[in-house]
Amino acid sequence: MQVGLHHYLTVSILLFSLGLLGVIMRRNLLVIYMSLELMLNAANLALVSFSRFNDKLDGQVLVFFIITVAAAEVAVGLALIVALYRKRQSAHVEDLTSMKL
Amino acid sequence: MKHELFPWLILFLPLISVAVITLFTLRSKMVSSLISIGAVSASFILTVLFIAANGFHPEVPGDVLNWNWLSIDQLNVDFGLKVDALSLMMTLVVTGVGGLIHIYSYGYMHDDRSLSRFFAKLSLFTFSMLGIVLANNFLMMFIFWELVGISSYLLIGFWFEKPSAGDAAKKAFITNRLGDFGFLFGILMVWGLLHSLNFSELQSGVAAGTVTLGASATIAGLLIFCGAMGKSAQFPLHVWLPDAMEGPTPVSALIHAATMVAAGVYMLCRSLFLFDHGALQVIAYIGGFTSLLAALMAMQQNDIKRIIAYSTLSQLGYMVMVVGLNGPTPAMFHLTTHAFFKALLFLSAGSVIMGMHHEQDIWQMGNLRKKMPITFWTFLIGSLALCGVPPFSGFYSKDSILAQAIDQHNYLLFGIATFVAALTTFYTFRLFFVVFLGKEKSKAAAHAHESPFVMTGPLMVLAVFSVIGGFIGITNNFESQFAHEHESLTMMQQLLEPFHKPIPMCLGLGAVAIGFFAAMSIYKDAETDPLPARLGGLSKAMANRFYFDELYEATVIRLHDFIAAVFDWIDRWILEGGCIGLIRGGTDFTGRALRLMQTGNLQTYAFLFVLGVAVLLYFVL
Amino acid sequence: MEAINNLISQGAVQDVLFWVFAALTLICAILVIANPFSRSPVTSAMFLVLTIISMAGLFVLLHAFFLAAVQILVYAGAVMVLFLFVIMLLDLKEEQRRKIKLFGLVTGLIAVGGIVSVFLKALASAGNGTDAPKLEGETYALGKLLFTQYTLPFEIVSVLLLVAMVGVILLSKRKLE
Repeated sequence: MQVGLHHYLTVSILLFSLGLLGVIMRRNLLVIYMSLELMLNAANLALVSFSRFNDKLDGQVLVFFIITVAAAEVAVGLALIVALYRKRQSAHVEDLTSMKL
Repeated sequence: MKHELFPWLILFLPLISVAVITLFTLRSKMVSSLISIGAVSASFILTVLFIAANGFHPEVPGDVLNWNWLSIDQLNVDFGLKVDALSLMMTLVVTGVGGLIHIYSYGYMHDDRSLSRFFAKLSLFTFSMLGIVLANNFLMMFIFWELVGISSYLLIGFWFEKPSAGDAAKKAFITNRLGDFGFLFGILMVWGLLHSLNFSELQSGVAAGTVTLGASATIAGLLIFCGAMGKSAQFPLHVWLPDAMEGPTPVSALIHAATMVAAGVYMLCRSLFLFDHGALQVIAYIGGFTSLLAALMAMQQNDIKRIIAYSTLSQLGYMVMVVGLNGPTPAMFHLTTHAFFKALLFLSAGSVIMGMHHEQDIWQMGNLRKKMPITFWTFLIGSLALCGVPPFSGFYSKDSILAQAIDQHNYLLFGIATFVAALTTFYTFRLFFVVFLGKEKSKAAAHAHESPFVMTGPLMVLAVFSVIGGFIGITNNFESQFAHEHESLTMMQQLLEPFHKPIPMCLGLGAVAIGFFAAMSIYKDAETDPLPARLGGLSKAMANRFYFDELYEATVIRLHDFIAAVFDWIDRWILEGGCIGLIRGGTDFTGRALRLMQTGNLQTYAFLFVLGVAVLLYFVL
Repeated sequence: MEAINNLISQGAVQDVLFWVFAALTLICAILVIANPFSRSPVTSAMFLVLTIISMAGLFVLLHAFFLAAVQILVYAGAVMVLFLFVIMLLDLKEEQRRKIKLFGLVTGLIAVGGIVSVFLKALASAGNGTDAPKLEGETYALGKLLFTQYTLPFEIVSVLLLVAMVGVILLSKRKLE
């Protein structure tokens, strides 16, 4: 069977699901963050395969931007986690309940 | 027609005065009172000028006095003025007598710290009253009718820090509401059946027979009469007027003697063409009954103002009765002369009260003739006019009423009216003898003093009109309004008019004489009232106003309380508990349920967020 | 040799490589989020690096050479190093012992099930694209596209990076003055 768009998209979906599962299940903020990266990568993969199988480069340009933004996001997010840890001595989501009134 | 805009000015000057006083000059008593007195005087002068230029029946051109105020489908209501003999005479009374009372008030209320407020309210009242008088349609009249009600409420409750004044104001207002409710229904019936509210249109339509009230004429007439019943304090809505004496005395004179209570009679005369025989009969008997009832009550009152108040009730009963006897001319005639002499009596009483340092019990007075000579003479003139002694004005107007009763062959009402005339003389001279003659019955009476000129001046002017009011052509004007053909009588003819019908005149004068001698024999030198001993229970009933207040307390107010309790229960348990409670409880429950969603846990939020995205995508894709 | 060339020209090698890289990516991703042997974030981070590298392989198969390079340089290089730095910095020993809760598992599976079913529905209705991709020499074309049509977003992204840099410095300062 020739590998086509559907195969790549399936991989992308599975990767995305794994990332989502991680975000919801894991309690460690850092692992959650990594799972987020997984989800981003899944989106990247989908975009690149779309670009490939539709003969358009715009998808790749978008991925380029996503990677850049993701880099910035990781930098800021990790800085936030560090700041939070300093304040609460914990990187555990269950300890972060200030959203509950 | 010359001076076309004068009627508008006459109407709105007092309103301008209210606005200026309330907005700018509340601080300055002097300026406020001058503005108010100036406004009403200017209105009076403009009225006189207008009449001098146009006569009593001006040809009204086009739309000068008419302004289409609201037009919905078939309903066309003008904000317009009607100037004819009826309204012009009434305007003269309102602005003239009212103006004198304004001036008098300045003396009487001089030391009151809220003088500005008082004059603002007086002006508001004058404006509203002129509105009733000049209105050219029912709706506009009703609006001003209510305005008069509210200004009366404000003025009765002027000394609102006294609980009795507040209660009296409320009582007057609510009792009037009852009547006005009927009035409003009457107006609605007129509009529903005749498709117009304009007096001129209605009158010409009814006269030409193009529109007719048909079978509902009696009901419509009685509903409209309800309004007059409230304002003119006819039985059974008469209870508010005596209590209204809690207001300042000039207010009693202006509103509850000269003008406002006359509004009901004026309205009846204005819309007389709508009433059929049945309605008029009811009106006549209610008027007669009221006059008798009030005269009996007046006999055993001890408060100087209340006696005059009951006499007002009684005289209003006369007017209503004679309207019911299809005699608008005598009614308006008596209304006008009554405005003179009753205002005179009230203002003189006010002068007495002031001289006595706010003592109102007549058994604390006595021998004021020496101490207050001017008041003594004006009061005497007012009393003579009220009793109907020739040639005072009351004689002519009362005689025309009696004559009308004879003309209509209603001997029962004639008998009542004659009897009431005797009673009137009796209680008037009881008051007179006790207050002005005899011995001083208290220290205050011995130290009484005459009032200043600002008060006695208006008294003297009113006294002059009380004397000559009967033969200066007042009847001619009203006759020209109501009768198809009439002859203008010269002054001499007017003087001798009653002698054409000797029976009512003689019987009337006889009644006056009986009343006078009865009063003289009993009260000439009385220290206390000898009547209760002689009449026993009847006297007590009279003094207690035949227990009408207690009766209403037991029936109407109890019923009202019961209904209120029922609605309170409905409100509390069905509306509040059921409807609102359900909604509130539902909201509360939903809120509590939704609160569980807010766990503060990041991952729960992520979970819900993803579910939301999934649902959204499901619909989008 | 002939047979191998034949296979290459038919794309059989690429297909095999796709399966290899796809399996590698998914297995590593599973190990990122749930490692039965170690709950340490460091392990997760290392598997994430592997995932990213195998993703780069997939990118190469998709002829996105430039992106594959960037993926390895930026993600596997810069980002993951940052992650590791932070993990070291926080010294998260205690956190390792906590167990995955049943509630988390159930909600996670529900959410994943919901979103995956939607995606699969979309996938079933989607076309397969072109079977014979023609794009060649993408890096040159990509660069051209980036600096012509997408100049403005490119510049904006550079500003974003600057902002992120400033923000990170500000957040990392011990005390705001």
